[in-house]
Amino acid sequence: MVAINRPNWWVLGGSFLLAFMFSLMPLPPLLNSLRPAWVVLVLIYWVMVTPHHAGVLLAWCLGILQDSLTGAVLGQHALALSVVAYIVYLLHLRIRVFPLWQQCLTMLVLVGIHQLLNLMIMRAVSIVPWSFWYWVAAITSALVWPVVNLAIDWASGARKRA
Amino acid sequence: MATIKPIFGHNTANRHRLLLLIVLSLLLIFVDHRSNWLDPVRLVLSVITSPIQQLANLPPSLIQGTQRALQDRDALASENSRLQIEVLVLKRRVQRLASTVAENARLRELMQASDAIEDQVLVAEIIGVDSDPYRHEVILNKGRLSRIYRGQAVLDSDGLMGQVIEVGVNSSRVLLVSDIAHGVPVHVNRNGVRAIAVGSGTLDELNLIHVPYTADVVEGDLLVSSGLGQRFPKGYPVATVTQVERDPGRPFAQVKAAPTANLDRSRHVLLVFSPDSVEEAP
Repeated sequence: MVAINRPNWWVLGGSFLLAFMFSLMPLPPLLNSLRPAWVVLVLIYWVMVTPHHAGVLLAWCLGILQDSLTGAVLGQHALALSVVAYIVYLLHLRIRVFPLWQQCLTMLVLVGIHQLLNLMIMRAVSIVPWSFWYWVAAITSALVWPVVNLAIDWASGARKRA
Repeated sequence: MATIKPIFGHNTANRHRLLLLIVLSLLLIFVDHRSNWLDPVRLVLSVITSPIQQLANLPPSLIQGTQRALQDRDALASENSRLQIEVLVLKRRVQRLASTVAENARLRELMQASDAIEDQVLVAEIIGVDSDPYRHEVILNKGRLSRIYRGQAVLDSDGLMGQVIEVGVNSSRVLLVSDIAHGVPVHVNRNGVRAIAVGSGTLDELNLIHVPYTADVVEGDLLVSSGLGQRFPKGYPVATVTQVERDPGRPFAQVKAAPTANLDRSRHVLLVFSPDSVEEAP
């Protein structure tokens, strides 16, 4: 992990743009239900690495953007993402020193919380069919966490060296 | 160390901020769910989000583009001849349609019924599909600038696809007929039996609700939009009945139907401007 206290705003913006793109890209139905929660993972990364710059407010703004992108009721992702950001903020010192497999387990729980909050709000405002596949996203998110982590580390490092 | 202090300071500040944002989110959810006061906000947000949507759709359209560019001559030639045959067949049908329309107009005049005005249409392209598997929604590349309005009917070449539920500046969101929250008033083309077709949450199935036990509906019947409810234009094909089950234990017949529109394949769609369109919340 690159120990930087100030985020590289270009890398931060770029990583979120890519995360949004990956989460919107049309996929065949089978892959679609396996799609990891990219935005949540990237947010967790930034809150963990630069907790004093990327925090609850950033999470909320991103959530509003995601609500608009996905056509969800305004405030749904905003609420879920800001709660996740706060939990990561509380735990960031611990998560940083976890070994990678333990970080992955943490992601499983965090993305699970995110999914649960989303589901609760969706069920409150509309009819949602119950499905096991909804929770698979948490598992795939945990599995791709090392990739996200390394990719943003690498991008930050590369920009720092340049 | 200077790092200890800010941690605690930030901690409470962050907690207050979180509480504030949660309250704000809940307020937004409540207002957005109960009213359409937040539509202007969505309109402004769409200016930011529609470029992201188009970017996200770039890789698939690039792949399609290269596939088309790399298609060999034989494939193109055979496709061309197939399309020419199709055009011939369709043209023949249109010829007959012209005389039928004229005849229909004459008969209507005789009956002194109000004349059906031909609908205006606009062609739009699907630029995005909702990534949530439980929402059947697509995003089009036309918006307020093209005078799209909420509640507008969307068709493809084979039938009714859905309706516009959200209009951005240069994009709009369409709820497909197969979405679990969508319903469309239909009637059986053969005999005019009325019903409501609601989405089932799977792309290839609609359910007809409140169909009386004795209603004359059989497999293979074509369901067309009835125009009741004043949302959808009249007379467009919606679905064909695939299964009719009459269980004496239930108050209504269980009727399933398959949408005629290619909900998961169409790329270009038609937006219908009804002559007496009124903008209203769905």
